[in-house]
Amino acid sequence: MAAAREHGHHKIFLGMAAGVGKTYRMLQEGQAEADAGRDVAIGYLEPHERAETSAQARGLEVVPRLRVAVRDVTVEEMDLQALLVRGPELALVDELAHTNAPGLLHGKRYEDIGDALAAGIDVFSTVNVQHLESLNDQVAELTGVRVRETVPDSVLACADEVVLIDLTPEALIARLRAGKVYPGENVDAALNNFFKIENLAALREVSLRQVAEDVESKRLVLAAEEPLGTRYGERLAADAPQAVGERLLALVRPQPSSQRLVRRAWRSAQRLGADLDLLWVKPPGGPIEGERERQVTALRQLASVLGATLLIEEHDDLVATVARVVRERGTTYIMVGESEPARGLARLRDPLPQRLMRATPPGVDVRIVAHRGQKEAER
Amino acid sequence: MIDHAVVAAALAIGLGGGYLLARSRLRGRRADHPDSIHQILLPFTGTEVSRRALDAALRLAHAEGATLMPAYLARVPKSLPLECAIPSEAGRAMPMLEAIEQRATAQGVAVDARVERGRSYRHALERLLDRETFDRVVVPASTAGATGFSGDDLVWLLRKAPAEVLILRPGPGDRRMVGPAANRTGGPAPRASRRA
Repeated sequence: MAAAREHGHHKIFLGMAAGVGKTYRMLQEGQAEADAGRDVAIGYLEPHERAETSAQARGLEVVPRLRVAVRDVTVEEMDLQALLVRGPELALVDELAHTNAPGLLHGKRYEDIGDALAAGIDVFSTVNVQHLESLNDQVAELTGVRVRETVPDSVLACADEVVLIDLTPEALIARLRAGKVYPGENVDAALNNFFKIENLAALREVSLRQVAEDVESKRLVLAAEEPLGTRYGERLAADAPQAVGERLLALVRPQPSSQRLVRRAWRSAQRLGADLDLLWVKPPGGPIEGERERQVTALRQLASVLGATLLIEEHDDLVATVARVVRERGTTYIMVGESEPARGLARLRDPLPQRLMRATPPGVDVRIVAHRGQKEAER
Repeated sequence: MIDHAVVAAALAIGLGGGYLLARSRLRGRRADHPDSIHQILLPFTGTEVSRRALDAALRLAHAEGATLMPAYLARVPKSLPLECAIPSEAGRAMPMLEAIEQRATAQGVAVDARVERGRSYRHALERLLDRETFDRVVVPASTAGATGFSGDDLVWLLRKAPAEVLILRPGPGDRRMVGPAANRTGGPAPRASRRA
């Protein structure tokens, strides 16, 4: 009995684009669950007139859709109330990012799914990667196509399972040409617009990376109020440092010479598929104004363009501050510029990289980026 | 008496030395943060920058002890927020800025680079003009807007820029571009048309 359970299990089938087979795979797994004796019902299915998909749905009970009048047309939506009353053990719900017609209980389908999960119904759902809120801009820049229907990343992060339905761009285009994705009359338009090899390759990379990051970042912590060892006690620690993923920290100062360091750091971050933080440890006192303010603004702009995060920490102990930020941000890699020659008593201290390596957790690498001016002068 | 005189002399020397040291350091700091910014802006678009324009800007900067501000102008589609991250554009801009900095450093010219976003190249340039202060702008003129700037853009720049604008006449060197893999040989002297 579904109502006896505390919370449903949410499994998301994630794809790079329409036609990769998310719905098909969801139905396939739903059929397997039904064959295993579970009570499975389709909450909402969008077969897109695909014969293979419709065939895969045969034999599964379908909860009748809700018909909603919007102006002069009637649209069909998932009937959340009917699904909750029916109360299957497992509901199959297509198109997680869908926006509901006005007048329904929730504005978005993922909210309907939230209610179903809260009622103890397990849910399988589908979504394309460009619908993820944090990736929406990136995907729009890569492909030139922006989708309006988005899903908060937290929905994906809180899912119990995320399954990537992967297909090579060439295979997807072959499916499209064979009329397995859209009706024949729409194929040419699709090939000329969204379904280009370069678009699909970029989307595939984003999808693969998203799932890889999801796997890495799912740190299981036990909620204090839940008993040990129960699945329901597992929560995603959104702010927990990543266990496997790389994260770069570049130590900058508000001066033009830091830009080369930032460029180097960004390039390394791109290669590693890592996030990049820029840190300026500002000595206490002294307002940020004049030329310094201009340079801070320039750094902020550069960070924004690159998708990096600029952190400004006011402290007189550089090494201790860096060590703290490294721990807080889960940094795996520190990049520093060449230090100026030490003067006076500072000559007695170890160089900055050595002090950083001692102060930061084991395994954090420190890399020194040479100052171009000095290198050029030596030639 | 003699002891007192020696102590007084030592104190005077110490105080004088301290004052001179403090003054020289203060001057050094002022030199690091001058009140008047002396900068030459070199806006560019795409994946290459005209070598003639870069050479002209570098020569001027070298002669005047100015800082070169190469500025990559990026167009952000209206479907995206203007302040969003633009990794694809950044992937084009960063190697260009690296190549420019390499050439500038070889000639002893300081560089302070920018990447500016806008809905169009002109919009990006307008935002840069609003945000930064400089004394000169160097732009190459070209037929068919190969540099990203149309004739209208250049006329607009002459009206809008609160600085001297140096528009380089089209010349044979325009085809030679500076990119990430460019060598470091200098180009021919540009024929410049200077307009205030």
